[in-house]
Formats: sequence, C-alpha cells, structure tokens
Amino acid sequence: MRDGSGFRDGAGAPPQPASGAVSAVEVRGVDKVFETRTGQVQALDAIDLTVAAGEFVSLIGPSGCGKSTLMRLIADLDDPSSGTLTVFGKTARHARLDQEYGIAFQSAGLLPWRTVAGNVALPLELHGAPSAARSARVAELLDMVGLTDFADRYPDQLSGGMQQRVAIARSLAEQPRLLLMDEPFGALDEMTREKMQSDLVRISAETGAAVVFVTHSIPEAVFLSDRVVVMSPRPGRIREIVPMRLGADAKRAARTDELREERAFFDMVTAVREALHGGAPVGTGPRGMETR
Amino acid sequence: MLIWEAYKLLGPADGVVLGTTRILPRTTDLAMPHVWDMIGRLGEPVTRSPSAQPLWGVVALAALTTLGIAAAGWLVGVVVGIGLALVMQRWRLAEWGLLPWIVISQTVPLIAFAPVVKSWGSRVEIGSFEWQDWMSVALIASYLAFFPIAIGALKGLQSPDRIHEELMQSYAAGYWTTLVKLRFPASVPYLLPALRLGAANAVIGAVVAEVSTGLQGGIGRILIQFAGQASGDPSKAWAPIFGAIVLGLVAAGSIALLGVMLRNYRRTEEAV
Ligand SMILES: Nc1ncnc2c1ncn2[C@@H]1O[C@H](COP(=O)(O)OP(=O)(O)O)[C@@H](O)[C@H]1O
Ligand SMILES: [Mg+2]
Repeated sequence: MRDGSGFRDGAGAPPQPASGAVSAVEVRGVDKVFETRTGQVQALDAIDLTVAAGEFVSLIGPSGCGKSTLMRLIADLDDPSSGTLTVFGKTARHARLDQEYGIAFQSAGLLPWRTVAGNVALPLELHGAPSAARSARVAELLDMVGLTDFADRYPDQLSGGMQQRVAIARSLAEQPRLLLMDEPFGALDEMTREKMQSDLVRISAETGAAVVFVTHSIPEAVFLSDRVVVMSPRPGRIREIVPMRLGADAKRAARTDELREERAFFDMVTAVREALHGGAPVGTGPRGMETR
Repeated sequence: MLIWEAYKLLGPADGVVLGTTRILPRTTDLAMPHVWDMIGRLGEPVTRSPSAQPLWGVVALAALTTLGIAAAGWLVGVVVGIGLALVMQRWRLAEWGLLPWIVISQTVPLIAFAPVVKSWGSRVEIGSFEWQDWMSVALIASYLAFFPIAIGALKGLQSPDRIHEELMQSYAAGYWTTLVKLRFPASVPYLLPALRLGAANAVIGAVVAEVSTGLQGGIGRILIQFAGQASGDPSKAWAPIFGAIVLGLVAAGSIALLGVMLRNYRRTEEAV
C-alpha cells in the first residue's frame, strides 16, 4: 500500500500539482453528444476539470446533467465527441489498458457465481497475479472492508451494503491511483451509507488514491470531498466548483463522524446547495434537486 | 397407469365412438393389454426358441445402442449449436443472416430428409474413413438437437448485464477472457434447459431416423418389428415403447446431473 501522507496540501485549494507531479485527471473542453432517434442530446458541454493526484472530487447535480457520462469518459467506456481527456498524462484508453483506475458503479455488479473472495480476486486473476499473492491481497482487502468472515459466501447471501463493500474492495484490488465511483452508496439506507462514507474516507486516506465520486447527496459530497463540482443539466455543464474547507489543516483521515455536526460542515452544505440552485428558484420543475 | 387400467375395466370393449370417429380406443386385450401383462412380458424370452434372450435384455441393448447414437448426435448438436451461437453473439450481422435460416431449417419434416441423408452418407468415403449408417442417424439426431441449443446459447451469451460487460472492459479483458469469465458462466441458466431440450430432440430424432432409414440394432427398429407381431403378442409391442421412455428419462437425468454439478452458476435462476 502506498503512503497516504501528503496527498494534498490545503483542502480547498484548486488543484495545483507540485511541479512535475502529473494530475490524475485532466479534462479539457470536452463535449459529448449522443445521437438518438429523437435527435441529438448534448450530454456534456465544454467541460474543464482537473483532479490532482490523491484528491477527492465529487460530482453533484440533478439527474441527467451528465455526471455518469463524464465518469464513463474518464473510464474510457465511451468516447468524447470533442476535447481532450487524459488520465495520469495518458489518453483515457491507454490508462484503461494500463489499469490506472478502479471503478465501482451504483449497483455492486458482483458476479453471482463467484464467492465474495472470488469476486474481489477477479481483477487480480484476469491480470495474472500469482495465486499466493492473490489470496494474500484478497484477505487484506476483505479485512479492510470488514468482510473477512464472509469470504466464502455468495453475493445473494449478502445485504446490499455488504455487496457494495465487496464491489469497493474489488475496485481497490490492484491499488489504483484513481478510483471512479458512480453513486456507489445510492441504494443504501442512511445508516449504512454514513458508515460506508467513513470507511471510504479512511480507505482513500490509506491508499492515497484520487477519487472521482458521483453523488446525489449534498451532505455526502461535503463530507467526503476536497472539492465539489456542481453541474447543471441540458446541456451538461459545470456550474461551479466549491472548495471544501473542512479540516483544512488535517489529513483526510481526520474526517470523522464528529465532522458531520460541526458548524463548518453545515456552512459547506449551504454553499453547495446555493451553488446547485444558483439563480433558479429552489424546487421548481420535476427534476428539482433533492437536498438530502 | 391407474387411468389405463380403470378405463380398461370400465370402458366399452369397442371404445367410445362419436359418429363415425372413435374418440376413445377399444379396451380389448389386443388394443390395451393389462399393465401387468406388459411388465411380465419384459421378463420372458423374446421368442419361443430355447436360446432366446429375455425381452427386457433385447430392449435394453437396443435402447443402449440408440442412446449411443443419440448421444453422438447430441454432442454434434452441442458443438454446432454453441458454435453458431458464438458467431451470432459476436457479429450482429451474422445473427441477422443466420437466425432465420436456423429457424427455417427446423420446418423441414424429419421423415422427408432421413432417406436423403442416408443416400448422401452412402456416397461419402474419405480415404479409409467410411460413412456408417448409424452416422446418418446421429446426423439427423444432431439436426434436431442443435436448434434449441443454438437459440438457448445465444440468449445465454447475450445475457450478461451491461455493468458486467463494462466491468470486463474496464479490466481491459479481451474477447476470449470475457467469454470464459463472463459469457459462458452467465449462460449456464439458459444453456441447461436448452441442452435438456436438445437431448430429448436427439432421442426422438434418433428413434425416428432409425425407423425411416431402417437401421438395425436400435430401439426404432424393434419398435417396428414387434409392432408387426402385435396381433399375436400384444404385450410385446409395448416393450420398446417403455424402452424409449426410459431412454428419454436417462437423457433428461444426465442433464439434471449436469445441472447439479453446475449449481453455483445457477444462483440467479429464480430471477431468470
Ligand atoms: N447512451 C446514451 N444514449 C443517449 N443518451 C444518453 C446516453 N447516456 C446518457 N444519455 C443522456 O445524456 C444525459 C446525461 O446522462 P447521465 O450522464 O446519465 O446523467 P446523470 O448521471 O448526471 O444522471 C441524459 O440526458 C441522458 O439521457
Ligand atoms: Mg448517473
């Protein structure tokens, strides 16, 4: 495991990678247009975004504003219509082939015929890790997500929260420098969700990985992130990037549940909410942003 | 079986006739022998000659022969069916081009082309390899077997969720890796019923093809032969029918066994 210290200086500072350090993600002038039967959909319009190595960035916005699309472009599961996109200085495709990122989706997406351990081992197996190293790594990961006792269970024997933890362990299996997560806690109840958020903060601090995290929930974004990217729909644009000043002098690992009750936390929630509703009156239209 | 005996006991000797059509069969011993007679007959020798084997032995041997041929046909059907499914899954164009023909192929009546296959077969001779008559029968069995397997396998290979396909893509897994780690395991719940159907078809195809090509040694042959002796020995004609039923059960049972071995791949089956 890489050393988690010094992955960012100044929680709220815009990304200024130390000279020579290459940023995790660089998005420059990216557009994405989908051709559909009913015409063109401009899913993303002139997106500029830099995620520094080790930085935790959340994407938030009403549904349909292109969060998933942006994540899929970074993951090279889709191609931008125009603009450039690099991951650790490589093209997205190159980065995917080099396994630079781990990914987790809204649903866990575990293979039902594999045990918990088998699912976590999948990426290691595909990339030919020797079996001894593999089982050691799997044990380590299951310990990290607290599922050691469930190694031999099958996904259908686990709760939704446990499945999601397996998926997260799987995304971490190859110690990626970048984690892409698309509403990974969206289907969980509030209690499990907060527990998972704390776990994710701890894990990302331990591994020092950069995280791009899509969410619907403002408190979740505020709690987790160094910066929150607020997006707006039709066409999908970045409306504002809100730096979080939480625990500015502390490492990310210092973010504990107490933080949720601090005044600064509520101030940041308010700041993000205002950015989301900026201009438009709150709660108009069927797609008004939920504010959890 | 109870229905059989009850009807035999209560039904009129001449069957039930509506107008000029007999809608229920005669209940004479000739048309409907007693169940116990049929079973008892299995234990007796085939013919009156002192060296004759018991009837059940002859039927079992014939059933085994047919089972072997059907199994060969089934295996060919599995290979062809899964091969076609792979091609169709990989190339959309192939699916458009092939699927209609696969469906049409099944509308050709079996009886019509069985003799044709036999006469083609008799002309095949490659080096020291000589086409045997049983191969024609196996070929016809495979012709019936491959269809459900191709359709089921295609459905199964196409069944992985998009999230799983994208996961494999994110792992930079190629076509073959994705096939082995994702598509084949995911297709098991679709493949098993298809294999079962294919096995049943192979058995039916083999029996019918034996009859229509006149192949010796299998159950289809003795079915015809004993039916010809039915007026003198009505119970005997039923023996091969039992044999055919057992054959079908053995075929279905083997697939069920396969299903048990692959049970971990069927964990989502209730949801399918
Ligand atoms: N494959 C696709 N084909 C056509 N339109 C799409 C496709 N994927 C996404 N879109 C459209 O792009 C827009 C952004 O979608 P998405 O990125 O999923 O939004 P979000 O994740 O923020 O809810 C939506 O209007 C959606 O309908
Ligand atoms: Mg989405």
